[in-house]
Amino acid sequence: MEEEIRLMKGNEAIAHAAIRYGADGYFGYPITPQSEVLETLAELRPWETTGMTVLQAESEVAAINMVYGGAATGKAVMTSSSSPGVSLKQEGISYLAASELPALILNVMRGGPGLGTIQPSQADYFQAVKGGGHGDYHLIVLAPATVQEMTDFVALGFDLAFKYRTPAMILADGIVGQMMEKVVLPPQRPRRTDEEIRQQCPWATTGKGTRKHRNVVTSLELDSALMEKNNERFQETYKRIAENEVRYQEYFTDDAEYLIVAFGSVARICLKAIEDARAAGLKIGMIRPITLWPFPTARIAELGKQVKGILTVELNAGQMIEDVRLAVAGSTPVEHFGRMGGIVPNPNEVIDALKNKLSVNL
Amino acid sequence: MKEEIIIAGFGGQGVLSMGKILAYAGLMDNLEVTWMPSYGPEQRGGTANVTVILSDAPISSPVLDTYDTAVVLNQQSLDKFESKVKPGGTLIYDPSGIHHLPSRTDITVIPVDAMGASIELKNSKTYNMILLGALLAARNIVPVDAVLRGLKKTLPERHHHLLPLNEQALHKGMSLVK
Repeated sequence: MEEEIRLMKGNEAIAHAAIRYGADGYFGYPITPQSEVLETLAELRPWETTGMTVLQAESEVAAINMVYGGAATGKAVMTSSSSPGVSLKQEGISYLAASELPALILNVMRGGPGLGTIQPSQADYFQAVKGGGHGDYHLIVLAPATVQEMTDFVALGFDLAFKYRTPAMILADGIVGQMMEKVVLPPQRPRRTDEEIRQQCPWATTGKGTRKHRNVVTSLELDSALMEKNNERFQETYKRIAENEVRYQEYFTDDAEYLIVAFGSVARICLKAIEDARAAGLKIGMIRPITLWPFPTARIAELGKQVKGILTVELNAGQMIEDVRLAVAGSTPVEHFGRMGGIVPNPNEVIDALKNKLSVNL
Repeated sequence: MKEEIIIAGFGGQGVLSMGKILAYAGLMDNLEVTWMPSYGPEQRGGTANVTVILSDAPISSPVLDTYDTAVVLNQQSLDKFESKVKPGGTLIYDPSGIHHLPSRTDITVIPVDAMGASIELKNSKTYNMILLGALLAARNIVPVDAVLRGLKKTLPERHHHLLPLNEQALHKGMSLVK
């Protein structure tokens, strides 16, 4: 398959991108608002073309453990779900992190807590960037704002996961999952051969072959001294990721007097508000973290010294605001505006929040 | 060029697919497009709506609170979206089942009897294409040709025999707008 321009939903784009990346397996269980991922894969029947396995598991827990098994053999495997389903997967995600396995997890967030609603939300920020499961670990967390980024972050997520041997998450929301946009699909990449996996993943359980030892994948280490060593190695990996993989996009920050920090589709709603505010002569800028972990702490700290105030806009009660406040360390006031439970603010509400929370004069 | 459109009505009236065909037409015309549906319980029997934005520049927010053009197909949607049309904008509505007529004078209000026209065409499924034709006649957003090319691309081949009927419905809709 060649590069191709199409109109499709973010969820559909994930499915196309996974096949075109040359992914080996998808394991999932349907839940709104991301069921189109599994539906599209079933429709495209990649097992007949690339040989990719697509399986509807009996539950989210089963699906993440199938990912655990597939990842242990060095295969490029993924799962997707929405908030309540991602909660169910947390044990498996912690095991993946502890076993230093690459995998890709998509969360198309919906309003919580509990079963909540099926409408868009960003209330799983803490869960995604602060761990989620038990133990000291991080995921690489990518926050797409467009259907194109939904597509591109499949390859990026897999590549980073394999580069650092750690699970990566695409943290999307119902808007970017359900909306259709123009998208450029990448050309088809071949799936890696068993021999390539053996060479690129010397840690994988690919059979002993000519190796002297057997590879064992486990998260269990009952000797605390060794378990501490393991943790030190994990932290070393996270340090390298934090040094090398921070990604963000800036909008109108050159002359900004006030700054919005927003991620995912909410950043687009804010951008419209900024366009309107700029038309009225107000110097508002925005930084959109693309990696939520690692967080663009250093850049936000710099911008904090430049601006008179920062507003975070999130579909939650105020989660990312904590990382923004840590970044600026009191150098400038940081306020939050958010809607919860599946309600999406419109650009005017963002302008009102700038007025009311930061006393910006319009 | 930038056109921000809301299409709203009952689930089953072809609201989402009308938006989709329009978005495809935009794609055919090399425009940037976003199609943002209301998804969820209201889709299943209640009201459904979709926001479609066509622009020659990258589109920021797919979520809006005011629109250049509204196409409303029932009273609830008219009540909800009449006030959301920008001054100078366009409101297209199907008068069948409408008890409280739109009252704004600062926008162009166009009644389109798509229900009647679809009965004339002896196919109720042409309803949304008639409205799309009316929209294209009222607002010169994309050429009819782009809509037809978009339709051809999105319709599975087994439905291609319906293309002439859809073209007829588009022109019927256009003829209803003076």
